[in-house]
Amino acid sequence: MNMKVLLDYDSCHGHQMCAIAAPDVFGSDEIGNAKVLITGEIPVELHTKVRRAESNCPERAITIIE
Amino acid sequence: MTDTQKPVTDITTDYDIFAPDFIKNPYPGYTEIRESQCPIAHTERYEGSWLPTRYDDVVAIAQEYETFTSRQILVMPPAAGRSEGPYAAVGAPPITSDPPDHHWHRRLILPVFAPQAVAQYEPGTRDLCNALIDEFIDKGIADAASDYAQHIPVRVISKMLGVPLTMEDEFTDWVRGALENITDSERRMKSFRSIVEYFIGEVQSRAANPREDDFITQLMNTEVEGKKVPIEYVLGVCNLMLVAGIDTTWSAIGSCMWHMAQHPEHRKQLRENPDLWPTAIEELLRAYAPVTMARIVDHDIEFQGCPMKAGDRVLMAFPAANRDPRQFENPDEVILDRQNNRHVAFGSGIHRCAGSNLARLELRVALQTWLERIPEFELIDPSSVTWAGGQVHGPRKCMVKF
Repeated sequence: MNMKVLLDYDSCHGHQMCAIAAPDVFGSDEIGNAKVLITGEIPVELHTKVRRAESNCPERAITIIE
Repeated sequence: MTDTQKPVTDITTDYDIFAPDFIKNPYPGYTEIRESQCPIAHTERYEGSWLPTRYDDVVAIAQEYETFTSRQILVMPPAAGRSEGPYAAVGAPPITSDPPDHHWHRRLILPVFAPQAVAQYEPGTRDLCNALIDEFIDKGIADAASDYAQHIPVRVISKMLGVPLTMEDEFTDWVRGALENITDSERRMKSFRSIVEYFIGEVQSRAANPREDDFITQLMNTEVEGKKVPIEYVLGVCNLMLVAGIDTTWSAIGSCMWHMAQHPEHRKQLRENPDLWPTAIEELLRAYAPVTMARIVDHDIEFQGCPMKAGDRVLMAFPAANRDPRQFENPDEVILDRQNNRHVAFGSGIHRCAGSNLARLELRVALQTWLERIPEFELIDPSSVTWAGGQVHGPRKCMVKF
């Protein structure tokens, strides 16, 4: 199954819980807000972690497209 | 002080966040309110406030920063004299700022607290935790709160600010005066004045002798739209670093130590599976969120059926939100590998805690270092543990043996 992530940069307030859940997919920009590290297809082995990132974001700023 | 002496009749209409039982353990009270017909409680005590306890309500209020402003952020009205005198303009930006100033107030400090920026404090934090443990490890007993947790954030923050570690006792006293003993208006005002006057001295000494790589010097030299930031901003951020960075994290470390002392199975789980640490830290933050903030209602509004008036105080009970069963399965249980955890220990929306990455680092290093050196320990007498509460919740005396 194909998966991509979309981040709503206006909603992100830098909780960093996505980077904790899926550090290969989400990182930190210079002010500590989320940065998407994989903008294309997410490798299958990371799908579970990405789902966790989505379900841990307190601002609901992450959308998964499958 | 009479407000704290009257017994509470109905928690949904008369709660007292400074009642001794509530300070010690606020969670049964939060649950009672949350599951009642009035999940947003009200009290007339301390000049009145509202207390939302459901996750969705707390988050909705945090997001609506124009209606629920940060003109005041403490759970009590300001100390007498706070809005007058030479320091009246010194707040704790960006927590105390509203848009539009909030944007630059926050933007300027965020890079210092990004995960990649705070990583440099890990080795020093580990060294200081080890040094604290060296002091008591041979005794077989220690106060996990006052011999350990209490000393960690204040030293990390002092180092970050570039001020001498010898100020530890004063900083601790001032922060407790500002946050813990806030029914004592005189002590609050005295603590605030001491903080501002101390940092005026630090600013003056740097103006005479600039230092390199020093947080206060960097703040003083920051420009916004071609002009140096006002001195009130510099002093306000220094104030914030103390009041938001010390008592809060120390309380979280203390609560987690108290938890670990009573849960050998969790100590074992972390020992056998170190990969669990990042998730475990978030779960402990959820279960033991130390901070309750406040908002001031901007204009009359009915919120979830509650008639809120302009100027009303709303207490943002993040610890209550974090234990709402509508959001978290088995919310009163600590599940170190909890998968779905949208906790709001650090708040939500534009005022989300700027120092969260540093707090997480300190909490993780403090727990890891203790558990490496003292893998087995227990409370000496659970009933002798004392707590602070109201604005910041955490143990103040917590004797353990090992």
